[in-house]
Amino acid sequence: MASEAHAESLALREQFDTAEQQKDASTLGMWIFLITEIMFFGGMFLAYTVYRSKYPYVFAVASSSLNVYIGAANTVVLLCSSLTMVLAVRAAALGKRSGIVLFLVLTLLLGGVFLGVKAYEWNEKFQEHHIPGPSFSFEGLAPDQQGYAQLFFSLYFAMTGLHALHMVVGVGILSTLIYQTRKGKFSAEYMTPVDISGLYWHFVDIIWIYLFPLLYLIDRHLGK
Amino acid sequence: MITAATQQREHYLNASYGIKSWLLTKDHKRIALLYLATVTLFFFLGGAFATAIRIELLTPEGDLVSSETYNKLFTMHGVAMVFFFLIPAIPATLGNFFLPMMIGARDLAFPRINLLSWYLLVIGGLLSLYAMLAGGVDTGWTFYPPYSTSYSNSWVIVTGLGVFISGFSSILTGLNFIVTVHRMRAPGMTWFRLPLFVWSHYATSVIQVLGTPVIAVTIVLLACERLFHMGIFDAARGGDPVLFQHLFWFYSHPAVYIMVLPAMGVVSELVSTFARKPVYGYAFVAFASVAIAVLGFLVWGHHLFVATQSVYAGMVFSFLSYFVAIPSAVKVFNWTATLYKGSISYATPMLYAFGFIGLFTIGGLTGLFVASLGMDVHVTDTYFVVAHFHYIMVGGTIMAYLGGLHYWWPKMTGRMYPEGWAKLSALVIFLGFNLTFFPQFVLGYLGMPRRYHVYPAEFQVLHVLSTAGASVLAVGYVIPMIYFIWSLRYGKTVGANPWGATGLEWRTSSPPPAHNFDETPVVTWGAYDYSTVMGEVEVG
Repeated sequence: MASEAHAESLALREQFDTAEQQKDASTLGMWIFLITEIMFFGGMFLAYTVYRSKYPYVFAVASSSLNVYIGAANTVVLLCSSLTMVLAVRAAALGKRSGIVLFLVLTLLLGGVFLGVKAYEWNEKFQEHHIPGPSFSFEGLAPDQQGYAQLFFSLYFAMTGLHALHMVVGVGILSTLIYQTRKGKFSAEYMTPVDISGLYWHFVDIIWIYLFPLLYLIDRHLGK
Repeated sequence: MITAATQQREHYLNASYGIKSWLLTKDHKRIALLYLATVTLFFFLGGAFATAIRIELLTPEGDLVSSETYNKLFTMHGVAMVFFFLIPAIPATLGNFFLPMMIGARDLAFPRINLLSWYLLVIGGLLSLYAMLAGGVDTGWTFYPPYSTSYSNSWVIVTGLGVFISGFSSILTGLNFIVTVHRMRAPGMTWFRLPLFVWSHYATSVIQVLGTPVIAVTIVLLACERLFHMGIFDAARGGDPVLFQHLFWFYSHPAVYIMVLPAMGVVSELVSTFARKPVYGYAFVAFASVAIAVLGFLVWGHHLFVATQSVYAGMVFSFLSYFVAIPSAVKVFNWTATLYKGSISYATPMLYAFGFIGLFTIGGLTGLFVASLGMDVHVTDTYFVVAHFHYIMVGGTIMAYLGGLHYWWPKMTGRMYPEGWAKLSALVIFLGFNLTFFPQFVLGYLGMPRRYHVYPAEFQVLHVLSTAGASVLAVGYVIPMIYFIWSLRYGKTVGANPWGATGLEWRTSSPPPAHNFDETPVVTWGAYDYSTVMGEVEVG
């Protein structure tokens, strides 16, 4: 008990009066950061919306070349990682260090699986010449529509790429948390970093929950 | 007594020494001074570009620089001034220093993030500076495609990267301020006891947090377009260059309010202090800041009146733009009403405040001209627009920034600037400013387009007037630079509250101790309650 109180006083930074004030500030800070992230992704979602409504048919055709089963499986992987993240936060709230480490490692592995699958999908697109650039070609579309299909894949790579970049940052955060937990930094009284990293991880998941239907599902029957 | 104590007393400047104690500091006051040095550097850099522009425009022929160099000059003037001076100027220096003190806090909520945001500004600034020295960029600060993506043979991506990185500096400052205002207020410091400086910085922070990420992603898309030709802004591939303009102005119009809202906060403090009266209609002024922040996000389309935007969209954007005039006018009227029956003293900061109110009013009213569809078609991309936004940014923001710098200088350094020189330079700046920019309204109305360095001979008289004004203005800016540095050593030392002002920052010693207050203040009075500081005036 005494050692925990000691850990708490060490974690309290000098600008704060109480641990509660510090936790509130960190949590609010993370929520505001996530709002900036929404605006950041928002620019790309806007571009997607504009061009989807401008070229609905070509986007449907281009979209149908994505493998929906792999995408769906990857969505499940990511949802599971959110579950393990929640369990890690729960373990932190209960002060169970071994639980934190276990669930953070699981989250890390699931995140790694997602990124691996994503890399496989991108590689497929490379081989199909669906990478925007001079060698871009999309079978079954008239020459004047090739550019529109390229727009779809530009947005596909930009959006999934930005999402994957956030996953990579998340993996870095999880690794740091695992290291810090093993060093004994967190307790039931001080677990804010685990808590707000959870918020970040869920946010990255939610972005994917929007990306998956937008890129893989909408009107794909039109393209078949 | 106080003067003698200042010599030995420990404060934030002498609490530790050495270059590391500055470069690794987490003290918001020291970080504010780091910002002050950085933005001053960029101000004089941007000013140097402006000087070259004005000298070139002395004659109708393009005789000093080539067209290509001229394009680079006005681009780099814009980039340096907008992204590395105007946006960080007031929030990151005066805001950083005084926002925590005004709410009775020991520091911002996240001191390490505060330091990080300074480093981000420096890294972004150095990248852009490198681009400028390596060959420059010639797209205009607006980076419009397709020129920026397909044709410009200059350092677009490196400059863009610099702007992108400095954007995160701005976001983190905004985030820090919002959390600080929510969570770090001293006991008894309720929302409606906050100085209006804090309200306007809060509103500014909301814009920084919501708007800046959009310019960030826009720059990412622009860079991808330039590197890979992916088509998002390229009409030949089904993309739309106007989409860039929408995304760009979704940030860059609110960015105008990032520049001017903090200035309004400064002016509220100055007007109240030097009229020795509470700001008239406190709540209206506070909510006017919030209203400007909200409305600012709904008017970006007035930059696209002639860019294929539909007439109906144009009408809506025009109508909404007029709405911004309401909270802006509320502020101007309330500052004026504050003066009524006030005990007015004409110290230097107040001169700047008067300058701000007059020039901002002209800038705001001409804003209505360009917000109306018919008038705007006539003056689009002319010097009228240039004059309009310089009245807001130079006549507004820089006036308030200098006013604030003079007002809080004794608090920041413990020493007073020389009042006579300061009054003289305020006057020189006011005259120089008007001589520079008023002729530009006329030039623009007569049809002089912006961004051209060769012009018909009949415009020469007005251009010569403008250049003459710019020379006067430059002198006005150099004088404070000299006497501020002089005052660090030779200025008269001051006590805690030389102006008899009401804010919490004046209730601690000058310069403040490292943790701002010897004990956390408990607030039992409203903002601008002069009965709490009776008889403390030393200078007036």
